[in-house]
Amino acid sequence: MIEFANVSKTYGHTADAPKALDDVSLRIGSGELVVLIGGSGSGKSTLLKMINRMEQPDTGTVALDGQDMVHMPLRELRLRMGYVIQSVGLFPHWTVARNIGVVPTMLGWKPERIAARVTELLSLFDLDPTTYGPRYPHQLSGGQQQRVGVARALAGDPEVLLMDEPFGALDPLIRTALQDEVKRIHQASGKTIVMVTHDIDEALRLGTQIVLLEQGRIVQVGSPLALLSQPANKQVADFIGRSDVGIKLLSLQSAGSLARVEAPQSTPFLPASASLREAVSTLALHGCQSLNLLDDTGAHAGVLHATDLFNRRHTGSLPLSDDQGQHA
Amino acid sequence: MRVAPNRLVSGEAVSFFDLLQGSAWGLAVLLIGLLLLSLAPPRRICLWLTVVAATVLAVGLGIQAANHATQVVQASTPFARTALGSGLWLVWLLLGLVLADALQALRAGTLARLGVATAVLLPLGLMLVSGGADELSIMKEYANRSDEYWGVIARHCQIVALALLFTLAIGLPLGWATHRYVRVGRAMFPLLNIVQTIPSIALFGLLMAPLAWLAASWPALGRAGISGVGLAPGVLALTLYSLLPVVRGTLAGLAQVPSAVTQAAQGLGFSPAQLFWQAQVPLALPVVLSGVRIASIQAVGLAAVTALIGAGGLGSLMFEGLFSSAQDLVLLGVVPIVALGVLVDGVFKLLIARTRPATPNMESAH
Repeated sequence: MIEFANVSKTYGHTADAPKALDDVSLRIGSGELVVLIGGSGSGKSTLLKMINRMEQPDTGTVALDGQDMVHMPLRELRLRMGYVIQSVGLFPHWTVARNIGVVPTMLGWKPERIAARVTELLSLFDLDPTTYGPRYPHQLSGGQQQRVGVARALAGDPEVLLMDEPFGALDPLIRTALQDEVKRIHQASGKTIVMVTHDIDEALRLGTQIVLLEQGRIVQVGSPLALLSQPANKQVADFIGRSDVGIKLLSLQSAGSLARVEAPQSTPFLPASASLREAVSTLALHGCQSLNLLDDTGAHAGVLHATDLFNRRHTGSLPLSDDQGQHA
Repeated sequence: MRVAPNRLVSGEAVSFFDLLQGSAWGLAVLLIGLLLLSLAPPRRICLWLTVVAATVLAVGLGIQAANHATQVVQASTPFARTALGSGLWLVWLLLGLVLADALQALRAGTLARLGVATAVLLPLGLMLVSGGADELSIMKEYANRSDEYWGVIARHCQIVALALLFTLAIGLPLGWATHRYVRVGRAMFPLLNIVQTIPSIALFGLLMAPLAWLAASWPALGRAGISGVGLAPGVLALTLYSLLPVVRGTLAGLAQVPSAVTQAAQGLGFSPAQLFWQAQVPLALPVVLSGVRIASIQAVGLAAVTALIGAGGLGSLMFEGLFSSAQDLVLLGVVPIVALGVLVDGVFKLLIARTRPATPNMESAH
């Protein structure tokens, strides 16, 4: 658990210098995927960097598992945390394998264990270990480099993974793929992940908790659903983008959650794990009223009817969880 | 080719066309061939033919000149001097350019370049060693001084090596300091720039007084070799000149280490020492070495001037030749300086390429 208590920070020494962080208090529970979001100058990056003490608070405390971080040895603290930055920062003179193995090496792991860990992580990120392990960073595409960057951050099996706008420099297709991978890793490992982004869609896709910051202050903390359905004020609503809140709400719920148990129809197919947003898109594309849903194995998993989607919206009731309203 | 009755008279020129007989015709044909090749489209075969023709021509002209010198001497007094004419030096220079250009166009690797260099230098070197060129005036000058010659070269190398040693010992930490503390750089660079603009002879003069005073005040220093003239001021001045490129190179090298790399390293838990030795040093090294390379080549050349204050080295031969208008003696001093410069340049280029493991142009075939 990470706890910020009344943290303030000012860059520069002039009296009128704006506060990067202004009396911020925040609790990040273990196993959460917390997204810090806000415009530039909102203090989101500063807040993240205080977790591995790349930045120090002027006043207030940051505690890890109830212990004030100021009293912890800096190196051990950082070795317990994975760190991913937007510009990746792979060591250009080292191979991919050595890059990934750097934290385990510093932790004093045995070479065989490091090699096994590197192989495991490369496979996890869909990079063939024998092909990509011996390559140098400049021989990889941007998306592959950031995959290696995330793998390097995970290599020492850290308790906390810190990601500072990790996918900001990638093109949308690759960004989505990496977001899925991070989500998968979070669900599989239960690690605490703190991510900074300025992309509200990324925040809604990934976050279990979203922290919206503005000018060094926390404006709202809540689940994606809470942020969409109960924005604290006009600023939050503006930031989320009011015009397509309905569409964004659909993206939080899976298509499978509205499936009716029916025999397959002669309509297009969609994975049951896809979001309702994708379902609407597919329905609009094919100009039809229903979709066949498929489970992970490709087996039939019910039928999604357009009317169910829009009935729910029409009644004004908000979907509260994936399980609710499941007909199956 | 110039023939003179003795070493002081400037002599009469002998044209290449006067020597046009026997094997020299072959060389003339090669020369014309080379001219024609320059008009040919730059295909690989043409370029290789150019390389071969230029190599043979460079070697052949040297041997031809040496042979003629031998004939001339047999026909006249032992005081007669046969010097290589300016035309031959010019042709050699141009052939060097032709070779460099052709090899560049062929994108020849280090091995091919070394091969061509050997093909040119080995036969000429063998001729020098075997005595085939002994009648050339430059070799006569060498014969006059053969017992001290290698000592002079060693002395030259010693001056350069000492200066570089001191430069690295001071310049590398100084470069690091200018990177770490902006203020140091702000104080350092104007000073180093000023030193760099002082003419070398003036700098020696400036150093003579304080060093002489030092030696006089502390006789122990004098016994250790510190004095107003000789090795100490020479090495000191060279060190001062070499500092600027080394400090600049170190600063540039450290500055071009991507900030993302340092940031990631710190965030991952590198200690300051690990950050320095594992990330900054290997990534800065090629640029730092470029600075050292410039300093070294500069030092090889400037070391000649230290002869003026009695430091010795190849400069002493050069100046002796200049003051007694014996051109061949000047050449005897200058040719090894040039050769040393080229050698140092090559060694550093090789080192720099070796320390650049992860740049796109070193991409391994995977």
